[in-house]
Amino acid sequence: MKKNRLFENIIHGIFLILGLITIGCVLLITVYLVISGIPAIREIGIIDFLFGKKWASTAEEPAFGILPFILTSVYGTAGAIVIGVPIGFMTAVYLSKAAHPKVRTVIEAAVNLLAGIPSVVYGLVGMLVLVPGIRKLFNIPDGASLFAAIIVLAIMILPSIIKVSITALDAVPKEYEDASLALGATPTETFFRVSVPTAKSGIAAAVVLGVGRAIGEAMAVMMVSGNVPNMPSLFQSVRFLTTAVASEMAYSSGLQQQALFSIALVLFLFIMLINAALNFFLKGNKEG
Amino acid sequence: MKKIVSLAMAAAVLCTAMVGCSEKKSVTTDGSTSMEKVIGALGESFEADTGITVTYNPTGSGSGIQAVSEGRCDIGLSSRDLKEEEEAEGLVGTVLAYDGIAVIVNPENPVSDLDVDTIAQIYTGEITNWSEIGGNDAEIVLIGREAGSGTRDGFESITGTEEMCQYRQELTSTGDVITTVSQNPGAVGYASLASVKDNVKLVSVNGVTPSEETIKDGSYVVQRPFVLVTKKDKELSESAQDFFDYITSDDAAEIIASAGVVAAQ
Repeated sequence: MKKNRLFENIIHGIFLILGLITIGCVLLITVYLVISGIPAIREIGIIDFLFGKKWASTAEEPAFGILPFILTSVYGTAGAIVIGVPIGFMTAVYLSKAAHPKVRTVIEAAVNLLAGIPSVVYGLVGMLVLVPGIRKLFNIPDGASLFAAIIVLAIMILPSIIKVSITALDAVPKEYEDASLALGATPTETFFRVSVPTAKSGIAAAVVLGVGRAIGEAMAVMMVSGNVPNMPSLFQSVRFLTTAVASEMAYSSGLQQQALFSIALVLFLFIMLINAALNFFLKGNKEG
Repeated sequence: MKKIVSLAMAAAVLCTAMVGCSEKKSVTTDGSTSMEKVIGALGESFEADTGITVTYNPTGSGSGIQAVSEGRCDIGLSSRDLKEEEEAEGLVGTVLAYDGIAVIVNPENPVSDLDVDTIAQIYTGEITNWSEIGGNDAEIVLIGREAGSGTRDGFESITGTEEMCQYRQELTSTGDVITTVSQNPGAVGYASLASVKDNVKLVSVNGVTPSEETIKDGSYVVQRPFVLVTKKDKELSESAQDFFDYITSDDAAEIIASAGVVAAQ
């Protein structure tokens, strides 16, 4: 008996340590980001940093304004959501409620595959196919633009939106739908008037997850967006918060490097907000 | 990745700065970020041959020259010629290699020769259409590198366009620049000569096609020297002198070439 007890305690201890490792990593990253991000913000001034429109990190008189990056990240994410959410949501409704089981298996496998493609591959295909395509289609000098990034991001967030929405829709009790059908509603009416409203907090969580994925993506957008720190405009070359850090980190030094950490800190705060929103929706899901 | 390497190197420099006082079995270099690749390759093979470590601190040409004049490193690295006042302070520059920067356009582009002024006007946005310089009627799409890149720094300092370039795209690698230029008929970009492949067209500058010979004899002007800076009146430590002799020997030329630049020897 005593031996068993000891064994249990050891296992418990190991699990506790493993759990603490995760928390330790999060804490370490948070503390490190705050410590390394604050000095540059102090030196530049928080107003100049967040609302400055000019980024010229290596100039003789450097300017460190990240408003273009913030707006680009917000617009890019919003654009990806506007395109990606309707497609992902409708796909989820179809797969969960209307599709033949065999069709569902095939499409779900395809969606999972889409989720597993590395972002650099999205970027590469975007660079070789999408960017020249946009250039020819819209007859503009160069296709690397916010628009190209939005398209790539919209495709990249589809899997998370579809999968989470399906889970939410599958969880709707069959009795609700049966009751609606028995009252004479058509299947389509039932899906959109009964199933979707019941699953709404889960679907909202799917959208927030998509936002998180889109705002944090760096590699793919770096390859299609052109990376010039312009104020965002649909067919202009733009730089995201993520790509601002990634593109200059390699050779940066001094205040420039510190400012890149500050950008990472701003991005981190955005992600925290999104996570808080996600928790809010998931909690609502349990209570509702 | 490069950051990690350079951080590791910086850490190594710090360690040797602390340890090195008692035991001088390493060579310290400090300076131009553009020379990272060539010094890294040379240092690696030197260490493999002799067991003496070579450390490199990527601080920039100016800081490297200052560091050697203050005796904080063995060899300073500069990606420009020494100024007269720097030579007056007793510093000596030895050219290790030449970095030739090729101007590239899409193969469909009929423009094949530009002069440096025209290149500067193109990159500062004064000339915006290829038809103004004998090409097709198409907007010029300027492709460049990210801030802090050695190639960008080199190109802009040679053409005198620092902080004035109106880039349409700032890409983070030579490969990306070449791929993008090969995809867009209106694009113009720059890249280290050694990396340029057949899918883009090399533009001759002032009538001179870039090649190893034209870079070495100085007739191709979009180039800059990689200079080793030492002090005239102070002898190098034994290991530093060995390294210096090694990298300026004929044997090192191949390694220098593999780093994408033209060896001076």
